Amino acid sequence: MKKVNFTPQHVKKISALAQIPVTSEEENKLAAGFNKVIGVVDELFNVDVKDVVPVSQVTGLTNITRADEIDSERTFTQAEALSNAKRTHNGFFAVNQVIDKNE
Amino acid sequence: MKLNTLTLASALTLLKSKEIKLADLYSDIQKEISAKNPQLNIFLAVDELAQAKAEKNLNKPLMGLPVAVKDNFLTKDLVTTASSKVLKDFHPPYESTVTAKLKNAGVVIIGKTNMDAWAHGSSTETSDFGPTKNPRNSGYLPGGSSGGSAAAVAADMCLGAIGSETAGSTRQPSAWCGVVGFKPTYGRVSRAGVVAMGSSLDSPGPIGKTVEDCAIILNFLAGQDRYDATTSPLPVPDYTKNFTRGVKGLKIGICYTDLANLDPEVIRSVKHAGTIFGRLGAEVELIPVSEKFEKDKILDPEYAVGVYTVVQRGEVSSNLARYDGIRFGNDRSFFGDEAKRRIMLGTFTLSTGYADKYYVRAQQVRNLYIRNFQNLFEKYDLLISPTSAGFAQKLGATADNPMYGEIEDKLLEPSSLSGLTGINVPCFHDDKTNLYLGLNITGNYFNEEKVLKAAYAFEHELKINSWLKNE
Repeated sequence: MKKVNFTPQHVKKISALAQIPVTSEEENKLAAGFNKVIGVVDELFNVDVKDVVPVSQVTGLTNITRADEIDSERTFTQAEALSNAKRTHNGFFAVNQVIDKNE
Repeated sequence: MKLNTLTLASALTLLKSKEIKLADLYSDIQKEISAKNPQLNIFLAVDELAQAKAEKNLNKPLMGLPVAVKDNFLTKDLVTTASSKVLKDFHPPYESTVTAKLKNAGVVIIGKTNMDAWAHGSSTETSDFGPTKNPRNSGYLPGGSSGGSAAAVAADMCLGAIGSETAGSTRQPSAWCGVVGFKPTYGRVSRAGVVAMGSSLDSPGPIGKTVEDCAIILNFLAGQDRYDATTSPLPVPDYTKNFTRGVKGLKIGICYTDLANLDPEVIRSVKHAGTIFGRLGAEVELIPVSEKFEKDKILDPEYAVGVYTVVQRGEVSSNLARYDGIRFGNDRSFFGDEAKRRIMLGTFTLSTGYADKYYVRAQQVRNLYIRNFQNLFEKYDLLISPTSAGFAQKLGATADNPMYGEIEDKLLEPSSLSGLTGINVPCFHDDKTNLYLGLNITGNYFNEEKVLKAAYAFEHELKINSWLKNE
């Protein structure tokens, strides 16, 4: 298993994927930090996991569903839904422009 | 005596017999909070109307008693921040199931307690609002991430508290603060309305002055919840019915005392716990550690660090994607350093080309730990082990260490990753520093009653609990 070596370029890519803004100074620090962490994680490859199925949950529960009915105890009024938004407009959430006006 | 130093159980008895009044209890509680909270930084928010609310709940099972709640549980009437600047001034429009159940039982939430931001830590030092100090010795950390809740109990600022555990976050701060911390089986208590961290791991649970207090609170928390599809449909027993039954005939295994880097007092006090259980009628054996999966041996917890690192950060990167500052909270530039690191590493280990290598491998090793415990529980009823490798550490211990939490929680990660139940009970008190060590008792899935029985018997035999001494 090829060992990963984090560079500031790597960190830039991950920053975009994770939508976490980082400065170029932070990129260097984070790269060093990630290498340290991956060094610990790489120990996982020293364990024999032949025939071991990966688990994604520990409860053993499957297909827990509920009736397709409106639960009025859980629905928000529009005011409740907007109550913590920093920017609203006529009862809508306001977001930064994402579509170029020329498109 | 100051009424805030009562246990939850005693307060209930004395309220029922009318020997004490709620007004006097709340007066003592509020005096303690005013006097010590500025220095210890335990509460981020305190309900000024708590006493008035309490009087209205006198006829309910928990009679208006004050409980502190970790600030990752959404409460409609109190700001909820998860100790992060992203959620500063967040007023939840809905209530978590745990706090709703507590309120229905007549509890009053006295305040929201400090934690590691987003529960990413084992010290409460990575809170965006300053560290909490250990009430036993204020130069030291309380542990984390439920450090505020454990400290609130230790400081007699409440009669019980709620924490949450992903990998030691209830049991470890309970050990460092010298209180009882209970981690139920994953799925026993609803996560609905808890700020999500590790969805396959998070387990809300009670922290109390005594084992009995935890059992009382647990009764009101446990149960299937239609708002959390991972909660168990198994019926909930009355946890207060059998916890005095003792450990006669139980088979108990002592784990992890042969690992390196343990404080010598940790080894001594855990082995001494084994002796105590033997004296009480249990059959006790040492289980050796093994570096690979071996029948009747316990797998070295070293690999659990890697598993937890990958699984938790992966789940965190997904759960924290919702904080975009649009519908609630501040934008992602408000994340602290630790949160940024974890989100980014999680994103990396789940990304194309790496998920198959890291995430899948982690989930395989996780299964190895699960199988290891299932093998051991065929032979043993309970496993005892050190909760923490040593005493509480000094303020500043976490600086510049990206793996601090994981390494600190190594002894608890295997059982947390497996979803098992466990409890921390204080097992040693250092008279010079006033700090404590804790014994961890792990039980198989939904064996909360067995865990409580052993913890209670141990607590009453060892007799170092300061609250029980006063009664």
